[in-house]
Amino acid sequence: MNLLPLWEVFVRTRRGLDHKHIGSLHAADGAQALQAARDTYTRRQEGVSIWVVEASKIHASQFEDNASFFEPAEDKVYRHPTFYDVPDELNL
Amino acid sequence: MDQNSVSNDQARFDQIIDAEEKIEPRDWMPEKYRLNLIRQISQHAHSEVVGQLPEGNWIGRAPTLRRKATLLAKVQDEAGHGLYLYSAAETLGESREKMMDDLLSGKAKYATIFNYPTLTWADVGAIGWLVDGAAIVNQISLCQTSYGPYARAMVRICKEESFHMRQGFEIMQVLSNGSHTQKSMAQDALNRWWWPTLMMFGPHDSDSAHSQQSMKWKIKRQSNDELRQKFVDQTVEQAKHLGLKIPDKDLRWNSEQGHYEFGPIDWDEFQRVVKGGGLCNRDRLCARRRADEEGGWVRDALIAYEEKRCVRDKGEAA
Amino acid sequence: MNKHFQYVLRMGDNALILGQRMSEWCGHSPFLEEDIAMANCALDHVGRARMLLTHAGTLEDKGRTEDDLAFLRDEREFFNFLICELPIGDYAFTLMRQYLLDAYHFHLYSRLQKSSDSVLAAIAAKAIKETTYHVRRSGDWVVKLGDGSDESHRRMQDALEEVWGYTGELFAVDEVDDYASRKEIGPDPEALRLDWERDVFDKLRTATLSIPDEVWPISGGRKGVHTEAMGGLLAEMQFLQRSHPGLNW
Repeated sequence: MNLLPLWEVFVRTRRGLDHKHIGSLHAADGAQALQAARDTYTRRQEGVSIWVVEASKIHASQFEDNASFFEPAEDKVYRHPTFYDVPDELNL
Repeated sequence: MDQNSVSNDQARFDQIIDAEEKIEPRDWMPEKYRLNLIRQISQHAHSEVVGQLPEGNWIGRAPTLRRKATLLAKVQDEAGHGLYLYSAAETLGESREKMMDDLLSGKAKYATIFNYPTLTWADVGAIGWLVDGAAIVNQISLCQTSYGPYARAMVRICKEESFHMRQGFEIMQVLSNGSHTQKSMAQDALNRWWWPTLMMFGPHDSDSAHSQQSMKWKIKRQSNDELRQKFVDQTVEQAKHLGLKIPDKDLRWNSEQGHYEFGPIDWDEFQRVVKGGGLCNRDRLCARRRADEEGGWVRDALIAYEEKRCVRDKGEAA
Repeated sequence: MNKHFQYVLRMGDNALILGQRMSEWCGHSPFLEEDIAMANCALDHVGRARMLLTHAGTLEDKGRTEDDLAFLRDEREFFNFLICELPIGDYAFTLMRQYLLDAYHFHLYSRLQKSSDSVLAAIAAKAIKETTYHVRRSGDWVVKLGDGSDESHRRMQDALEEVWGYTGELFAVDEVDDYASRKEIGPDPEALRLDWERDVFDKLRTATLSIPDEVWPISGGRKGVHTEAMGGLLAEMQFLQRSHPGLNW
């Protein structure tokens, strides 16, 4: 069986929310991917807007990089408001 | 990669599993975990896809337009669920192409229940009520599975499937309250679908080859027998409501255990149907192969069109 | 026969018979995404059939429901266009038929939104949204398959030749259409034809397909004279209601 390219589908479920990844599908081009996404992922009024992205065009961080990417943030506690000692009653 | 980093990876993997967190697509995972998942998810996907066929057999003959629309929507959902699941399996690096080839060659399995024929309209009701009812019990449990994309697909599928069982039960209810012929149609359907439905949960825990490792990895969260018991307990009550008789002379309430006891499952029949001896094994695969052949030239054409379009676009840009 | 009733009944029959045919693809489409998409379109047609037949039953005023009309009439009492009842054929045939009818329905339902029959206008307001999507989808398919591979081009050209003769019937005028356009219930079929031809010729050209020059107009649907495919379709569709009459399902 030959296959059409894989597309990732992102749906905005209602106004005011971000598009969220919802799944993938196969389609020949962007227009067809959009239509298939509409037919597959919004059958129950789950969306008001759809993005499709060809899966091969996505660059993703790798598991091996997790330590160098994400762990250095662990000791930067001063980025969080609770780090600072201020009087509670001022509601800063 | 040296031995040390593999064991680090393994430790991190175990830690995630122990903490009830999810494994995600690009994470390191034991190869056997990956293969086990691919097997289970693709088998599940194939079941949804092949599962379109027995009920699809009645779309053209649905007795009212309301029933036609709901059945069509239901069977369409099965296709959708197949797609969500293939989509989840693809995140593990298995292409849909490969999975389809395995289905068409007979290498991959799908739920044996779909090798039984749908003979009357009541079968459509019985499938919705029993087969989808059993599927939901299994799938609710799988919402807690350790692989993220699989768990998310399951959550989505469970949300959608609740209507399936209700539409099946509604059909059974109308038939049970209908004419004498309709009532016997309903009873006959229950008689034929009951045992195959119980087999859907798979072999007993003591005989299940894949189960133990799957439970350890939290791919499966409850055992075959636990899930089967849960299904029996809830369905017996529903059958009473319908005024239909479960075809099991050994069925009785055990008040000490708080469960229904049920008779022995005919595993020989199960094995026979798994191995291709069901009434519809050949038909189901033939239907999928025909669809794939029809798909061959269609997909080739789409690819050819896309190539031409790229060339044209380049020409215009130049 | 009540002409207003008959006008709406014909449209209901078109939706019903086409929906019945389209749903045959369920589980058998070329790939999974198409199983889902085709079923969506089929559902739109079945839904439309229900509204139109219910409305027709009201206009007739003899107490017939959507199901009475769908399941208890004989072949000679169905008035759909013949093109709707033709067997599904290959995917090229299905999509070609779909496109030609979607383009027709697009212009029909656009105009029916202004129908003097307010129920029909409301049905059209819903149908036009569905049809706008249908025609976009099937139109894209016609172009892709028409201008795709050699094989798909050949199949699409064959499909076009096979179905073309059935399209004349879409714009034929009889006393029912006459009545409908005089009462402003429905559009003037001639104006509809011009819009349809403009769209269709344009799309077929883009798809590198040639309009068949040999015309062999076939009609009969409006008189209840059908192709032989219709009997089998009805036998299947009506089977339960016929073999167990008068029951609830």
